[in-house]
Amino acid sequence: MASTPRHTEDEPKGLTRRDLLTTTLGAAALTLQGRSTNAQDGPLDTTRRWGRLPNSVGGRSPAENLKRTPSPTSSRTPLQDLHGTITPSDLHYERHHAGVAVVDPQRYRLLVHGMVDRALTFTLEDLKRFPATTRICFLECSGNFGGTREDTTAQELCGLTSQSEWTGVSLSTIFNEVGAQPRATWCLAEGQDAAVMTRSIPIREVLGEAMLAYAQNGEALRPEQGYPVRLLLPGIEGNANVKWLRRLELADQPFMTREETSKYTDPLADGTSRQFSLTMDARSVITSPGYPQTIQRGFVEIRGIAWSGRGVIQRVDVSTDGGRTWKPATLQQPVLPKAHTRFRAEWEWDGRPAEIVSRAVDESGYVQPEMSALRHARGRRTRYHLNAITGWTIAADGRVRFGLQRVNA
Amino acid sequence: MTRLSAIAAALTFIVTAALVSAQSPRQRLGIGTPASPDQIAALDIDVRPDGTGLPAGQGTVAEGAMIYAGKCAACHGPKGEGAAADPLVGAEPKGMAPFGPEYERWRNGRPDVPFTIGNYWPYATTLFDYVRRAMPATAPGTLTADETYGLVAWLLARNEIIASDAVLNAETLPRVRMPARDRFVPDSRKGGSDVK
Repeated sequence: MASTPRHTEDEPKGLTRRDLLTTTLGAAALTLQGRSTNAQDGPLDTTRRWGRLPNSVGGRSPAENLKRTPSPTSSRTPLQDLHGTITPSDLHYERHHAGVAVVDPQRYRLLVHGMVDRALTFTLEDLKRFPATTRICFLECSGNFGGTREDTTAQELCGLTSQSEWTGVSLSTIFNEVGAQPRATWCLAEGQDAAVMTRSIPIREVLGEAMLAYAQNGEALRPEQGYPVRLLLPGIEGNANVKWLRRLELADQPFMTREETSKYTDPLADGTSRQFSLTMDARSVITSPGYPQTIQRGFVEIRGIAWSGRGVIQRVDVSTDGGRTWKPATLQQPVLPKAHTRFRAEWEWDGRPAEIVSRAVDESGYVQPEMSALRHARGRRTRYHLNAITGWTIAADGRVRFGLQRVNA
Repeated sequence: MTRLSAIAAALTFIVTAALVSAQSPRQRLGIGTPASPDQIAALDIDVRPDGTGLPAGQGTVAEGAMIYAGKCAACHGPKGEGAAADPLVGAEPKGMAPFGPEYERWRNGRPDVPFTIGNYWPYATTLFDYVRRAMPATAPGTLTADETYGLVAWLLARNEIIASDAVLNAETLPRVRMPARDRFVPDSRKGGSDVK
């Protein structure tokens, strides 16, 4: 191993692939043990041995520890660890009601029936033969609010939102193929998970953008995202984007399934309850700084994401004094409709206690409200679609905590 | 054909083609396979508020009590009061929603009641649809039509919505009027400056 050639396309003599893998993994393990990550030690010399050879499937650096946080029914995206607008597919949030269905793509069938001229079934290959369409959009669970403690991370606060580039066939193309009748105003979407998830979808409201998605970020859907086919409704609450889609039934009325009556409805202050609250209102969250970080005096870039189910994010305001004064943040381009939009704001922290807060404004003119305003409109027992302004408090020692007072006020 | 009329004909053709492509939907591509009535029937399990989709069969409150004890009580509690899974029974507050100003006066500072079939579900048919498709969680989709009618009867009786001697079937179930039937309103949010 004394004279490993540096610049050659050939595999060095006497050095097997296994040797290379072992030495590289050994070096990685050493780095992770911590001793040599001490800044004073400086970088390890990685120039004296070949690195691992090309492999068939890539992976993250072992030094990166990106994890969703699973519960029995959901798993949250680590928003505080991400830098872009596309969520890595393996970190896209999960929410399902009876586990992840395992569907054999060869035996997959989608049935479309009801108020149609001809009821048809489609195989996965059938769906892929249709003209394809692609778009980037966010998904968000309507139960995406977890800000209940000062030691809440961005992931716990609102990790039930993620973003992907989705590819599939437009729902309108399929409706054209089956001959959707003009009287058909609602469509039942049904999954083939053990919950046999069903939601009624208002056709006129969604048909322009709805798709049956079979690809996510360039490859087939992940199983937990509905492999092989899911309904994708940009801007519409996550639950209606039915996964493992097996059936669409067109009708002239909603079906009144459990998930659109006893669940996902919004009790209001006047004693009525809002049904089919499908469009996700504008929201933003600062992903850095956030709990459990400790910041240093001086320059701090405040970073976060904003999104709206009604279109593009027009502006994100950031406050460093708990909402007394606001300044517009810089939006990362391009700003896409119904998509996570990254914002950044430069800040000079002077070491005094502070509260940093963000507020999204969308193209409809909607301004992300305080929790107190949501409670005023919806009453004390409101449960879903909580898009309130949130922020982080910064103590004099630089420790960052979730701004609990703001959402409990 | 004169040169002029040829140009006119060509223009007419172009304009017509443009109009047709803008107005008429895409031509069918001939992809997909016709679905047979049997294929549709095998999957078409939804039950609608008017009773469409309800199968033959029937069940009583007493039959439902037996099935509930054996297949549901472990997760939802012996009396439907909730355990690992949601509470199912709760007739209070009678005649009002479990939220809103009237409820707050009734509650008068006491602990909140849960959202239940009795005080929040608007349609009895939804119960049949959901229980048959997704319950029991340990063996979804295994209940017979009679068992499902029985369970729905027991749940509705426990929530003080039907009598304890009621028999549920495809005719009687859609006629059950739920206390929360008229409390639901459509979404009126439209963006803009309103917080709703």
